[in-house]
Amino acid sequence: MRKMNNRKLTFLLITIPILALFFCFNTLPLIKGVIYSFTNYKGYGAYDWVGIRNYVDLFQDVRVGKSYLFTFKLAIVTTIVVNIISLLLALGLNSKIKGKSALRGLYFIPKILGALVVGYIFNYFFTYILPVIAKALTGNGASMLSSTKWAWVAIMIVCAWQAIAMNTIIYISGLQTVPEDVYEAGAIDGATGFQKFKSLTFPLILPFFTINMVLCMKDFLMVFDQIMSLTKGGPAQSTESISYLIYNNGMSGGQFGFQSANAVIFFIVIVFISVFQMNFLGKKEEQL
Amino acid sequence: MMGAKVKVKEKTNWPVTIMLIVGLITVAFPMYLTIVIAFKQPSEMTNSISGILSLPKSWSFANFAEAMRVTDFWHSLGNSILITLATVLISIVIHSLIGYAIGRNKTHSKFYNFAYLYIVSGMFVPFAILMMPLVKQTAQLRIANWFGVIILYVVFYMPMNVLLYTGYLKNIPVALEEAARVDGASTWRTYWKIIFPIMKPMHATVAVLTALGTWNDVMTPLVIMSGSGKNTLPLAQLNFQTQFGTNYNLAFASYLLALLPILIFYIICQKQILNGVVNGAVK
Repeated sequence: MRKMNNRKLTFLLITIPILALFFCFNTLPLIKGVIYSFTNYKGYGAYDWVGIRNYVDLFQDVRVGKSYLFTFKLAIVTTIVVNIISLLLALGLNSKIKGKSALRGLYFIPKILGALVVGYIFNYFFTYILPVIAKALTGNGASMLSSTKWAWVAIMIVCAWQAIAMNTIIYISGLQTVPEDVYEAGAIDGATGFQKFKSLTFPLILPFFTINMVLCMKDFLMVFDQIMSLTKGGPAQSTESISYLIYNNGMSGGQFGFQSANAVIFFIVIVFISVFQMNFLGKKEEQL
Repeated sequence: MMGAKVKVKEKTNWPVTIMLIVGLITVAFPMYLTIVIAFKQPSEMTNSISGILSLPKSWSFANFAEAMRVTDFWHSLGNSILITLATVLISIVIHSLIGYAIGRNKTHSKFYNFAYLYIVSGMFVPFAILMMPLVKQTAQLRIANWFGVIILYVVFYMPMNVLLYTGYLKNIPVALEEAARVDGASTWRTYWKIIFPIMKPMHATVAVLTALGTWNDVMTPLVIMSGSGKNTLPLAQLNFQTQFGTNYNLAFASYLLALLPILIFYIICQKQILNGVVNGAVK
């Protein structure tokens, strides 16, 4: 009995300090953020309670609205593009090819590189190389990054370039779980090509599809580094992601309280989307 | 039928192999661009594409020496290594311990089940909402420096790592510990002697995921450390961006220097990194 109590005590002595640490640097700032969201705090000096004023303003603020539209557009399009390309790439890298492990290793490189520096390198490419090619081909030599219409596409390309590496590796590990005899059975039933993929391979790797969709979506909704290194939110605030806006206006724009309210809404949106995605895709998995 | 199947198994799919090799251009081109620009002099960069993309006339390391001086490379590298190593080591110790405490108790104890859900749900909290209060908090505690950044990383990676450790512990039978307990070993001792070594594959996964995330992270050091006058490797690129001006050769030498450590590390530990990433995502 004493032994058992000692065991319980050990577990408590481990758990409580770590929970306290987690509370101090995760839950406590979260609570503080919520509290700040009901004030007009500028980040310095005195401040007053303003009730739900920030939230009311938030829904009428054009700049905030634009940043949500931009972030969602970027996240949804990038998630789709990334998943299509990485699935194709994974199918290729999982087939009977020469130098399989070397190719897999090389295709993973973009993922290990820092997003900020990658962004700077692509920034140069979009500013000095692509316009020259575009001019030769179409006569229009404007940089994508300085166009309100195209800047988001440039950001999408850079985000996708890095994310494809990760998703491909996850899809490959998914494809490896598909037993060979499934294909043999399918071949007897006459399944070939796309049909084989649609009705045999894809349903079996659906869990991996779920992981990739959730990971991708969450990452891109929080996009920051690429914005910082490619456009800094420009041109004309057309590429301000939610995280970038909160950072920029909250930290140095004197909108600490207002952007805290924005962050609270953003938090709720992230939770909602993650739960929705997992439930929705989880149900689909069960049906199969 | 049988003949066809055997043939499919043995034949190399050359069209796909060639397509994949050609596709590598998308990965290689930005790297090539970085290398050639980093070695060139501004005078070699004529406004035509061939001027940018041609090989440098001489492979001089002058840009790198200058970039190292401008960005205070060795200090930034030192800070990045310190922060990443400390975060990984502390994470492995602390997260595996709490993962153990929770994993062994959450099925029969409401408290531990709550602790589990409490920590794991931290995964949904975006940094954006914590950012501003944390800047105030770390300043008040006087840890608005590399030390504060390490503590924050240990907390931020806790949800994912606890999930990984508790998941892994499900497959380690309790009987292993009971045998040691009968021999009179305490729970604490049993943990370090038996459980901690057994979890080695998971330590590797946790190390890889935590290290990749912290090494490349910009936002946390940016908001927490920027007042301390110290840089991490990515943060130095951001802070010295204006100093590079239009000298892109210098800037690219600096970018290449910033990418090199992780590339070298990847070449050495490629297999472990790929395994770690896959294990972490799939679990």
